[in-house]
Amino acid sequence: MKRKPSSSRATCNGGLTGRQLNLSFTGYLDASTLPYLWGEVRRHLSHKGIESIVVDGSRIDYCDGAGTGLLVYIRQTARRLNAAVEFQELDSGTAGLLAQYPADKLDVRSEKKGQPTNLVWEVGKVFCETLNGLKEHIAFLGELAVGLIRAMLHPGSLRMKDFLLVAENSGAKALPIIAMLGFLVGLILAFQGAVLMKQFAAEIYIADFVGKAVVRELGPLITAIIVAGRTGSAFAAEIGTMKVNEEIDAFTTMGLDPVRFLVIPRVSAATLMTPLLAVLTNLSGMVGGALVMVGLGFPVITYVNRVLAAVTLSDYLGGLFKALVFGLLVSCAGCLCGLRTGEGASAVGSSATRAVVSSIIMIVIADGIFAVLFYFLGI
Amino acid sequence: MNGNETIIKVENMTARYGDRLVLDSLSFGVNRGEIFVILGGSGCGKSTMLKHMIGLYKPASGDIKIGDVSIVNANGAERDALIRRFGVMYQSGALFGSMNLLENVCLPLEEFTDLKREARELIARMKLSLVGLAEYAHHMPSEISGGMKKRAAIARAMALDPEILFLDEPSAGLDPVTADELDELIIRLSRTLNITFVIVTHELPSIYKIADRVIMLDARTKKIIAEGKPGELREIHEDEWVRNFFNRKGGGE
Repeated sequence: MKRKPSSSRATCNGGLTGRQLNLSFTGYLDASTLPYLWGEVRRHLSHKGIESIVVDGSRIDYCDGAGTGLLVYIRQTARRLNAAVEFQELDSGTAGLLAQYPADKLDVRSEKKGQPTNLVWEVGKVFCETLNGLKEHIAFLGELAVGLIRAMLHPGSLRMKDFLLVAENSGAKALPIIAMLGFLVGLILAFQGAVLMKQFAAEIYIADFVGKAVVRELGPLITAIIVAGRTGSAFAAEIGTMKVNEEIDAFTTMGLDPVRFLVIPRVSAATLMTPLLAVLTNLSGMVGGALVMVGLGFPVITYVNRVLAAVTLSDYLGGLFKALVFGLLVSCAGCLCGLRTGEGASAVGSSATRAVVSSIIMIVIADGIFAVLFYFLGI
Repeated sequence: MNGNETIIKVENMTARYGDRLVLDSLSFGVNRGEIFVILGGSGCGKSTMLKHMIGLYKPASGDIKIGDVSIVNANGAERDALIRRFGVMYQSGALFGSMNLLENVCLPLEEFTDLKREARELIARMKLSLVGLAEYAHHMPSEISGGMKKRAAIARAMALDPEILFLDEPSAGLDPVTADELDELIIRLSRTLNITFVIVTHELPSIYKIADRVIMLDARTKKIIAEGKPGELREIHEDEWVRNFFNRKGGGE
């Protein structure tokens, strides 16, 4: 609780005699009285033409580190005003505290602050950093491509234990949430569709609508977003923590390639799992749609037949292919953000955030590209 | 120690972080079989020096040679061969958290030798017993204490019988008894296996106990301020700050 600045525990009296400012304190100089005292001292120090300051400390009952701050403030202000300052009758404890802070040590400018900055310099710096970041991205993609091709050609070189562990974590363990979200998305779509279609007595086409929309678009998209949130961020945090703990350095100095050890199993497992998860999203989306249709009085078999007629194999495979690409993008982004983690615990957090944000941006961009591509390919 | 063959040569090496100069044109050599300590106050660039020596960072200028091969300019294959010659223990141990101690020590053997699993595990167990952790082989790194992690990291660094071990602050953050045990271990390994040690530390008791030779880095001039045997530096070095450091006295600045 913040205490009200009180004048009951401490006072500050001041007055000008000629060009000399006399300040005298009584009572307790600590953090609770300081807000009041500081204001008083400021007021006294704002007088014009002060040439010397005399501080009478004979009636100070107690002065701690915060109180000393006030005395240091008086001394620094005096220096700025080119005024002489004298502390009279400070008890030895307070004088000792004050002596701990010699003026020349306090006024040292921080090394970092002193750096010259201007717009050109800043712009140049950001440009160089971006360029370096881009170089790292390209190098990483190259390493990754080589590693993935090698893993495909020699599956034996893949670290199977890690691969299976990641597959379990990013695939099997995501099933419940994927099923639930798929179901809800199907349900909501069908429901929204029902409201619209009812006006035209065309409710039966809800099946076509839900089928196409989920299989082609929403199934892969929802899956990829879940994978980005669950798996991409986990990759970034895991690898980032390893970076902070010098484990990545340890790999390097043991002559082991961190990309091969950490990135390849993760990327390949997550990439393969995403389309499989998308299968479940599609299926549960259909179930959600069916529920609404049954509610509207259609038999299930009618719904199923409509969906089967509307959704072609190329719709289905196109959707799964999209999911595969999304999975690749998300896992790459996660691993890259992890490897680029800076120092300290907060860096791990920001890597995880960056992984999710850049994943989702890339998913949406890729989805747009796919939409154009599929349109021209007639899929 | 035996012979005076210089195994690591640092030649006019300068290190920078961006615009900031960290180490200015350092030159020194490490002899085969000795325990060589890099020391200095906090923030003087000890760990930076080490990271340059193991090739993690590239110096702004100058060269570092292990044997006769420059680690700065080594190409892929040369670098792989060089890396095989030394082991590194990082400040935090840097054990791989997803593997138990045995798997951690086995990993380099698995990657760089054609040994069968049985042989790998036996060798890994031998290394663990060397550092007194045989009974913890199946513990995960998160289940053991800080001192044990450092010892396990030494075992892993020794997996491929390197000529040189780099240790980054081996006894920092350990209680005096554990730190002393670690020092004993270093001396034992140095005497029996003739491993060259390069150690970064500022733990004085440990320096007096183990160091054959030290260099001391200075945060102000970014150069080597003293070089020699720790006992001599404490008694007779001309710089007061150095004598104060070795006598553990403040106020020398």
